[in-house]
Amino acid sequence: MVEFRYRDDEVTEQPSVTLDAFLDQSNATAVRLEPDDDARALIPFLDRLTLIEVAFPKFRDGRGYSSARILREAGYTGELRAQGDVLVDQIAFMRRCGFDSFAPEGSLNPADVEAAFARYENVYQGAADAAVPVWKLRHG
Amino acid sequence: MYKYDNYDQAIVDARVAEFRDQVNRRMAGEITEDQFKPLRLMNGLYLQLHAYMLRVAIPYGTLDSRQTRMLAHIARKYDRDYGHFTTRQNIQYNWIKLEECADLLEDLASVEMHAIQTSGNCIRNISSDQYAGAAADEVADPRPLAELLRQWSTFHPEFSYLPRKFKIAVIASPEDRAAMRLHDIGLELVKKDGVLGARVFVGGGMGRTPMIAPEINPFVEADDLLSYIEACLRVYNRYGRRDNVYKARIKILVHEIGADEYRRQVTEEFAHVKTLGIDPPLAELERITAFFAPPAFEATEAEPDRSDPDFAVWLDQNVKPHKQAGYAIVNISLKPIGGIPGDASSSQIDVMADLAEKYSFDELRVTHAQNIVLPYVAKRDLYAVWHALREAELANANLDLISDIIACPGLDYCSLANARSIPIAQKIATRFADAERQRDIGELKLKISGCINACGHHHAGHIGILGVDKKGVENYQLTLGGSGAEDVSIGKITGPGFDEDGIIDAVEKAVEKYRELRDGDERFVDTYRRVGMEPFKEAIYG
Repeated sequence: MVEFRYRDDEVTEQPSVTLDAFLDQSNATAVRLEPDDDARALIPFLDRLTLIEVAFPKFRDGRGYSSARILREAGYTGELRAQGDVLVDQIAFMRRCGFDSFAPEGSLNPADVEAAFARYENVYQGAADAAVPVWKLRHG
Repeated sequence: MYKYDNYDQAIVDARVAEFRDQVNRRMAGEITEDQFKPLRLMNGLYLQLHAYMLRVAIPYGTLDSRQTRMLAHIARKYDRDYGHFTTRQNIQYNWIKLEECADLLEDLASVEMHAIQTSGNCIRNISSDQYAGAAADEVADPRPLAELLRQWSTFHPEFSYLPRKFKIAVIASPEDRAAMRLHDIGLELVKKDGVLGARVFVGGGMGRTPMIAPEINPFVEADDLLSYIEACLRVYNRYGRRDNVYKARIKILVHEIGADEYRRQVTEEFAHVKTLGIDPPLAELERITAFFAPPAFEATEAEPDRSDPDFAVWLDQNVKPHKQAGYAIVNISLKPIGGIPGDASSSQIDVMADLAEKYSFDELRVTHAQNIVLPYVAKRDLYAVWHALREAELANANLDLISDIIACPGLDYCSLANARSIPIAQKIATRFADAERQRDIGELKLKISGCINACGHHHAGHIGILGVDKKGVENYQLTLGGSGAEDVSIGKITGPGFDEDGIIDAVEKAVEKYRELRDGDERFVDTYRRVGMEPFKEAIYG
């Protein structure tokens, strides 16, 4: 269940398929990546995907952060959804890595989520979001 | 010294507010200890055997007097009047109350300090050479790059949930005073055709599987370094093992796929990452470098008066040559005979702060050997400094001698430990209390860990001791021949372990064997390397 979505386009209705299934056939437009899937396998197909769902079975497993950045760096502009053990204290990092929708297993308080996004006005490093790193602000 | 600008300060202040909110939610019962644990662990707060322990970051081990006084204040106000300097150049407080933690962090933030990423599976505090800016053999001051890395790694969104913790060290001298190749990433600054860059070593570490980091790249230019390190981390985040916590460090990945394959993947990833524009311009490194400009040294030729014999002993043992004529590097040993390695009382910390302010251009360093350095002392002031140190019981003249022991907190504090470390350190130091005998033995780096995690660096000890639990009884294994310096090596185990008294005797037998076998002014570790394990084994078990 998508609880938080930061896009204006329509939610895709198609269920997502596994990476293997997608690579085998298919004309699916939604795919789901598990932590040990290599996101780079999707790079040739990005323009026909409207949803990539990245699974976080355990919050400690941070592979999905790299998957998200790799997809955004390759030019993917469709919906990038974090699904699973998504906690309020991680959600700002996820958004910086390019996720723009969130389907947490447990429910999150919308006010807490807003507070988490607003907590840090500045960031030290470039990532997959629009935030301008401090070094760039310092040097104009 | 680096000084925060408004951006740096705002980020640290926001972290205090965030942590205060997390603690309040925990205290109000809104989140469980299970949910709170990963949050506090992102901020250096551990639940130990008796109380909460808070680890405070000391970036690349550098402090000014104002910060140092704050560390004393924190020990007084929130702890039991002392702090413990660690092998990662940080300080730990052992008796912290959860409800006071946010106030403590707010006090720290008022002097540009924090506890960010001092635990958790993220990039930890960047460590460096305690003689940075003062060593004659450095090609550049390593701290500006360390500060650049501190900022880049702080709240890095992609690398905050790595397979395991990640430690980076930066040095800039051929002599390695920071155990650089025993880090997840070790950087040695070098110059090539006048251009500053770094040799990059990846996959070193201690723990239960000690590894010396292989060189992955002989020269990465300074303005490519962040991209290159980002590529190193991304390969690790993707392929580092997550099925077994003991095999999750990057050293296991580099070892399993091999340095060549790891290098190939990093090179490929770097080619991509470099196009993203994430490297700050050299102007940012230059901005930071300006904060580390050499202090206003005076032209002075004065040599200290050596007529006081106790002073002369300390001078020869603890004071090191400086790159600036007329100046010296002073090492303050936190290893009194029978004391707890790395501990200092609030009043001792204050004394060191005062001395730094008065005699060392307001700077101090923490060393990975759990000592303190005054990096810029005029030679004419050495006697006054020694006097003040002696008053505070800080003039132990044992730097790099057998009683200058590295020891982890062990079972006296740590919830991971299998055996006590501190009493072993105390007993060994007491056994070798005779200062003349210690000096005759010469450089001997003895390191003690209370469990396999090796926080006490036992693998890198000329003599290493590892405490294990043997059917409910503390047992101590002995290793010989390790080194964390430029002659880096991993110690080898002598044989069956010992009980508490047995290990002290075994150390003494090994040392006496060395005295018998040594050739000229050969160090313990050099004799061991020359003659091998057998003669020592015979002496110990025979």
